[in-house]
Amino acid sequence: MSLFNVFDVAGSALTAQSQRLNTVASNLANADSATSSTGQPYRAKHVVFSAQPIAAQDNAVGVRVTNIVEDASPGRQVHDPRHPLADDKGYVTMPNVNVIEEMVNMISASRSYQTNAELMNTAKTLLLKTLQIGQ
Amino acid sequence: MTKLDGLFKFSQDALNLHAYRQQLIASNIANADTPGYRARDVDFASALKNAQAGQVRPQMPALQGAGEQAPPLGAELLYRSAVQRSVDGNTVDIDVERAQFAENAVRYEAQLMFMSSQIKSMLSAIQG
Repeated sequence: MSLFNVFDVAGSALTAQSQRLNTVASNLANADSATSSTGQPYRAKHVVFSAQPIAAQDNAVGVRVTNIVEDASPGRQVHDPRHPLADDKGYVTMPNVNVIEEMVNMISASRSYQTNAELMNTAKTLLLKTLQIGQ
Repeated sequence: MTKLDGLFKFSQDALNLHAYRQQLIASNIANADTPGYRARDVDFASALKNAQAGQVRPQMPALQGAGEQAPPLGAELLYRSAVQRSVDGNTVDIDVERAQFAENAVRYEAQLMFMSSQIKSMLSAIQG
């Protein structure tokens, strides 16, 4: 029954988008973490989405987070000689989190989440109406 | 096939195709942010015509390589041409997909109502 696949497809998208929202939250929370357990500044993390077949015979394609990669761009350099982590020239390496980019990512993830939740509601309505055929 | 089967065959095929299409569009919307994903759809009118004629369309060669199976009911799985291309190769236009999803849902419900009224008229013919 194809309509039931909508739940699997939209459900996989909900999981993927909430994972994306999680990494955004992590990036924003650590936007100023100049050091971490490894002694290095925090590096921004990004999710990698990939299409994932759910039911091969029906061509239903869900989405899955296959990888979480660290941003390779250089960290922000801030001049603050009084900072305990400042180098001999007085510069501190801050995380490479781009706050604007993260906010855009957050809005995109939450909109996609909403859309997929609506898909589920529509599919549910249709299925319930199907149960009432001939009544 | 009895006459009742023949009467309901059209509604049954149309409902199945609508359900199949609904799931295809849901896949497109779910993959709106997946790099390289290409939006897919079926041509409803020709698929229904094929289903009525009992034909099964040959599968697209490109899909056979991907290990996918032929869509049911003689539907031909096509790629949607992108209105606005994106840098990451994704051809899902979320506005188009949402509009199609809503339209398809309404058509499904309409078909359900047609089928209900067919059943009602048959019942009144039987009961007199």
